[in-house]
Amino acid sequence: MNAPGSNSNRHDNDAGFDDVILSVEGVTKVYPGTIALKEVNFAVRRGAVNVLVGENGAGKSTMMKIIAGAEQPSMGRLLLDGVPVELASSAEALRHGIGIVYQELNLFPNLSIAENVFIAHEITRAGIDIDADAQRAKVRELLKRLELDVSPDTLVEDLRIGQQQLVEIAKALAHDARILILDEPTSALSAAEVEVLFQVIADLKSQGVSIVYISHRLEELIRIGDYITVLRDGRITGHQPMAQVDVPWIVRMMVGRDTKDFSRPIGHERGAEVLTARNVSLPRKGGGFLVDHVSLTLHAGEIVGIYGLMGAGRSELFECILGCHPHAGGEIVLAGQSLAGKPIARRVADGLALIPEDRKADALLPILSVGSNMTLSNLAAFARGFDIRTQQERASILSYIRDLAIKVADWRLPVSSLSGGNQQKVVIARALMTSPKVLLMDEPSRGIDIGAKADIFKVMRDLAVKGLGILFVTSDLEEVKALSDRILVMSNGRITAEFDAAEASDNALVAASAVGHRTGHGTAPQPGQDGHDGHDRLAAA
Amino acid sequence: MTGSPQRERDSPFASSAIYTLETLHMTVAIKSVVPASSIGEAPLLLLLKLRTFIALFAVLIFFSFAAHNFLSIANLLIMSRHVALNAFLAIGMTFVIVAGGIDLSVGSIVGLSGMVAGGLILHGIPLGGYTLYLSVPVVILVALAAGVLIGALNGVLITRLNVAPFIATLGTLYIARGAALLSSGGETFPNLTGNPDYGTTGFPLLGSATLFGVPGPVWLLVVIGLFAAYVAARTPLGRQIYAIGSNERAAQLSGVRVNRVKMTVYMFSGFCAAIVGLIISSELVASHPMSGETFELNAIAAAVLGGTSMSGGRGKIGGTIVGAFVIGILSDGLVMMGVSAFWQTVIKGVVIVAAVVVDQVQRRVQQRFALQKQAATGA
Repeated sequence: MNAPGSNSNRHDNDAGFDDVILSVEGVTKVYPGTIALKEVNFAVRRGAVNVLVGENGAGKSTMMKIIAGAEQPSMGRLLLDGVPVELASSAEALRHGIGIVYQELNLFPNLSIAENVFIAHEITRAGIDIDADAQRAKVRELLKRLELDVSPDTLVEDLRIGQQQLVEIAKALAHDARILILDEPTSALSAAEVEVLFQVIADLKSQGVSIVYISHRLEELIRIGDYITVLRDGRITGHQPMAQVDVPWIVRMMVGRDTKDFSRPIGHERGAEVLTARNVSLPRKGGGFLVDHVSLTLHAGEIVGIYGLMGAGRSELFECILGCHPHAGGEIVLAGQSLAGKPIARRVADGLALIPEDRKADALLPILSVGSNMTLSNLAAFARGFDIRTQQERASILSYIRDLAIKVADWRLPVSSLSGGNQQKVVIARALMTSPKVLLMDEPSRGIDIGAKADIFKVMRDLAVKGLGILFVTSDLEEVKALSDRILVMSNGRITAEFDAAEASDNALVAASAVGHRTGHGTAPQPGQDGHDGHDRLAAA
Repeated sequence: MTGSPQRERDSPFASSAIYTLETLHMTVAIKSVVPASSIGEAPLLLLLKLRTFIALFAVLIFFSFAAHNFLSIANLLIMSRHVALNAFLAIGMTFVIVAGGIDLSVGSIVGLSGMVAGGLILHGIPLGGYTLYLSVPVVILVALAAGVLIGALNGVLITRLNVAPFIATLGTLYIARGAALLSSGGETFPNLTGNPDYGTTGFPLLGSATLFGVPGPVWLLVVIGLFAAYVAARTPLGRQIYAIGSNERAAQLSGVRVNRVKMTVYMFSGFCAAIVGLIISSELVASHPMSGETFELNAIAAAVLGGTSMSGGRGKIGGTIVGAFVIGILSDGLVMMGVSAFWQTVIKGVVIVAAVVVDQVQRRVQQRFALQKQAATGA
């Protein structure tokens, strides 16, 4: 193989080992048929935030897994404090003080915070009896360190998602983690929760914890990072102290070209009112409302962004519009027709389509092919009587794959083999195939890379020009300002502000998103019996 | 060597070209670092995919040597008769399992529909002082309707009342069996040849008729098998059944009428079971209330053997039918060899478990293979 000298990333070696706690040297990771990392050198600096960026498939997660011991390098080695180590498992990495918080949280909602923190590492008396008091005391200390003001006995399911993330961090800290890997920690957090997390990261840093921080949100990286490493196609394309870089530089290193233009197209007229919601409300179990008498209008050719925090009732509003909650109050009118009493299938047929927030749980059919995933909502259109005309179906699938630039070798491959961005495009294709009048998009850019994001934004724009009404939900300020013609802000189940996109300021948006928002944990809804049954049934089936 | 991924991506060739490039890439770049276990995965995958067929040929060849007269036409016809009964149930069961459910009630529906037919032929319907006798085609329709009705009951319990499929169909298993026993007080309805005076003759023909020497039930299996395979592969209903089994909530949000599809699936399963009940009663010219007991287990076994995944979303009608043949031939062949019934039971269990293990192996190989294909596209 190549001599290390031929590699362009020499700064790691130049930097001296004093401030480097962990270094990855010449690591190559080969999966059957693909090389995820190619002779990568990467240094984690002590007491600093080491940012790792790259598009999906660039090798970020492989690198992360190697550092966390979940995967082993095919070639190359890891040096911890200058000493070569072999991390055969996550447990071993944890013993070396390397902790990881995955994007998909690994918590048990039915157990308490203390039980979660010490899961599989319980503090015991004589190896049998769990010393709950000792665990509680230790967890209380950790929670204090993380400024999370809840009891260790709180059930995890009663925590907001940002708080759950802090519990994951507590889990790593309980094992005296000196290196903490955070994988997209903010993807599900509200602006306020992000601030809390950043404060925690700053505190940990000052306590000497080294952070490896992975994210797609570039502004955030610039703010929080001390060093940045960019990966593309399994190679490191850039490695700099954060002070010396800016967003265009990062994007250039990531995609090999400058950022795409998100600017608004000019001069297309908005059409007639296509969706009206009047006093839509969804009661919360145990009092109050998840969706609190929301009224809104959407015109054809208009993109309306709904900005708000997680738990503000945005997804529930979409579910009410689509008819998932038969007991929801209020009235929905689609293109002049009331949707009262119509089941989901009728609403979809009438021209509503939802791109759900949680792709895996609510949108993808993992076993089925890319093609079957795309045509599911629109099978009737391909069928003559009882028979699906496969020629037509195939032609339609191929044309959408082309139009949306979906990267897939064969449309008969299972959809689970695609990257997040391409899966999202498949879900969008499914919605578009029904020729909807109104598109409801719930966090359409969540967990996808910047290239796919730009593609999807462009598609949204094009659709609006063609006369679709688009209602989309996001917690990303940049995104809501760049894409929307009009911005609604939701907080605590209500619409608290409405802005024309031109006049919306960050401060006004954030302020409106915090109106009347719950901060306590005690008022969290008790999970209802129905919800449980539903889950059990799905699990059993 | 290091430039090869770029070359693949820029390649103007279609996927066939990518494949060869990919293999090249594999052998050059990877052999040195990973053990050469990846060689010959395509043929391996094909073998694994055809495993049910291979198992079928294996049992056929084995018994043709081990059991006297096994390959005689007469014996094959008798066996296909036995297989057909299980295959009907297994076809209905496959749809149910693919949709993410389970139907334990089919064995009892076999018994009940037979009793409905037997009762109507033998005793008719008492109407005050008169007794109404139905002609055999009408009797058959009524018995089929009884099966569909129990299926509909399953569907309502599962879709409207949110009862887990296992529990709902366990309940109807007992209900239908109890109803079958009640209909005659536990007695057999004997001698269903019918009475020419009442126009109730001809029922035995259903089971005994042949066409070109092949028994009627086998022809019926061909018809229903083709129909079911077509529904599964080429109709919106079929696609939606797979979608529901893969991710019910996603299907719902995409506008699939989940409840309606599930109702259809359970009603079809009941329909298939009723056919079996009718055929058995007709063959025996008698209906017994305990007929069909534990048939549901054989049906599940055939479906699983044919590659149906118990977690839903995966399974093929063709595979299920072949699976039913493997089970049927296995038990008939062992009987002819004089193997004890106890050993037969053990062997059947081993075969089922082995089938699922092989299924898992295939899934893993397939995943690895898909990964390689994906790597070839540079995704």
